[in-house]
Amino acid sequence: MRILLDKFSKSFGSTKVIEDMDLEVGSGEMLALLGPSGCGKSTTLFAVCGIHRPTSGRIMFGDRDVTHLPSQERNVGVVFQSYALYPHMTVEENIGFPLMVKRVASADIRKQVADIAALVHIEDLLGRRPAQLSGGQQQRVALARALIRRPDVLLLDEPLANLDAKLRLEMRSEIRRLQKETGITAILVTHDQVEAMSMCDRIAIMKSGEIIQIATPSQMYNDPRTSFVASFLGNPPISFLKGQAHQGAFVLGGSGLRLPLATLAGIPDGTALSLGVRPEHFGTAGGVPVEGKVVFAETQGRENLYDVVLPDGSVLRSIQPVRDDVKPGDSVRWNLDSASTFVFAEDGQRL
Amino acid sequence: MAEKPQISSNTTSANFSSLPVILLLGLFSLPLLVMYAYLFIDTISDTEAGSLIPNEFTLRHWSFLWETKAGKPNIWLVTLNTFIFASCITGVILTVSSMAGYVLSRLNVPARGFFLAGVMVLHAFPSVTLIIAIFIVLQWIGLYNSLIGVILVKAAVELPLGIWLMKGFYDTVPWEIEMAGTVDGASRFTVWRRLVLPQIKPAVMALGLFSFLTGWSEFIMPQVLAPGAKVQVLSVYLAGLIIDDNNFDFGTFKAVGVFYVVPVLILYVFFQKHLMNIYGGGTKG
Ligand SMILES: Nc1ncnc2c1ncn2[C@@H]1O[C@H](COP(=O)(O)OP(=O)(O)OP(=O)(O)O)[C@@H](O)[C@H]1O
Ligand SMILES: [Mg+2]
Repeated sequence: MRILLDKFSKSFGSTKVIEDMDLEVGSGEMLALLGPSGCGKSTTLFAVCGIHRPTSGRIMFGDRDVTHLPSQERNVGVVFQSYALYPHMTVEENIGFPLMVKRVASADIRKQVADIAALVHIEDLLGRRPAQLSGGQQQRVALARALIRRPDVLLLDEPLANLDAKLRLEMRSEIRRLQKETGITAILVTHDQVEAMSMCDRIAIMKSGEIIQIATPSQMYNDPRTSFVASFLGNPPISFLKGQAHQGAFVLGGSGLRLPLATLAGIPDGTALSLGVRPEHFGTAGGVPVEGKVVFAETQGRENLYDVVLPDGSVLRSIQPVRDDVKPGDSVRWNLDSASTFVFAEDGQRL
Repeated sequence: MAEKPQISSNTTSANFSSLPVILLLGLFSLPLLVMYAYLFIDTISDTEAGSLIPNEFTLRHWSFLWETKAGKPNIWLVTLNTFIFASCITGVILTVSSMAGYVLSRLNVPARGFFLAGVMVLHAFPSVTLIIAIFIVLQWIGLYNSLIGVILVKAAVELPLGIWLMKGFYDTVPWEIEMAGTVDGASRFTVWRRLVLPQIKPAVMALGLFSFLTGWSEFIMPQVLAPGAKVQVLSVYLAGLIIDDNNFDFGTFKAVGVFYVVPVLILYVFFQKHLMNIYGGGTKG
């Protein structure tokens, strides 16, 4: 089912959290809401499931206007940031609660609970109470409870935050598989860009209540609209160089570094710019040599990560296949792939 | 409920011997113990004037249990009345304050601040000062000398504290539980009944016990508003024994006193676990 937020605004008293947000999630699509803490991700989610009434604007499910529909009638499954399991009920009762409310026969409930529990691998825990579960187990119970009544829309508020690395990977593909199989429309809130990029069809990046950009993961990575988006995606993160435009080239003050860039044609000389360089575009290929001094080296197993200080004091990160010949303190002269860099104006907008 | 770690008791016994503490406490409690022991011994024995040592065993003082004294109501009727009185008060207080507390804590009530302040003022107000007015009102609407009348009055007087307490306990229940309940499709009433109320069960138990005990021990209101023989409660019956100057019987007075206090002790034995639980909160499992 398609979800549409139309000029959605939400304020709590005098604090405006979201203003005039437009967002469309296609039927069967999984969208990631990515953004720093406090930017309004949960607030948006709560509005979609009907817990918060929008201050203004409309929310549509398919062709139905649900803005004023109570959450009981929206058929939305939610996994809360804090799980929100019912402490006095066993895992089985927790998962079966949505069905119990619908007065499904108890034999039927048992069967469906057993099925869904097997799906999220918690068959052995059905008799326990939430307090007797680990964080990851609680999260899976919450997921099972959200899925059991086959919702039209699935909302996940950081559902994987408390899992260990292996389980997280497993649950990532598990959730994605479930979502694809059931054709459910899903919104995933997360801090974790890897999670967003690997699980979702599209990503919406939010910053203080606004959506900065919506795009597919690869579009977003290769064509960020602002420096904020560029800095949010990618691990290790992108590094920025502060410089100026000069005759169609980016000039880094103090180092004599000069990068001719097609995007800078027609930009007046002296305009302050910032150049984003992803670590994989420095030290591997490219045609512009850059001199600097390695100040930090870290191996990540298959790859090494280096921080290189340029003569003017700014830092470039580089990620390369493992090599032993470079140590902190060494002077290096590595190539920079100028075609893959991003140029941003002073206000963060991409040029 | 899961097993709670018994940190306090374990560490105490591990760190130092508890024997001196027990001895000291025993010593200080001795006068009290002696008083209670004498209270009981006096009810089943006769003592010569001026002596401390009882000289004969007798069940005479307990005879009120099987024979009704002239001019006094039957003890079993009085006990039944007391039970009805205390139980109804408990029922009314629990029902009203568990709902009102929820509404004040969670729903968007207009003038909530005013309500809360009002409830507090009502609680602080000494209800005895109203007793004449209540007496007149009850007589006027025909509930004077009836159990219903005095139950309503006593419950109303105790309600502010109950509502205030319940509101405080509801405030500690996380909002997410309610959010999860509503998106799971439950009505607001089901959410309250099935999800929120169980979280504060220990508090409800405690409030219930306290309400029952206040009802059980209440004297002024039944004395003034329902003194009749048919609706008398134990406290009024007991008071009637000492007021009666003509056949003053100290032994019987003490026996009735013991009889009056026994249900309270039994209740404490059964419910003390829940009373202790009130501080731990219900949700810790
Ligand atoms: N009930 C409320 N009353 C007032 N302000 C609120 C309320 N709920 C949220 N806010 C504010 O709205 C903003 C957005 O909150 P929200 O919970 O949506 O953030 P978030 O993006 O989910 O953050 P996180 O990633 O930390 O969960 C925050 O600044 C928060 O302080
Ligand atoms: Mg949040």
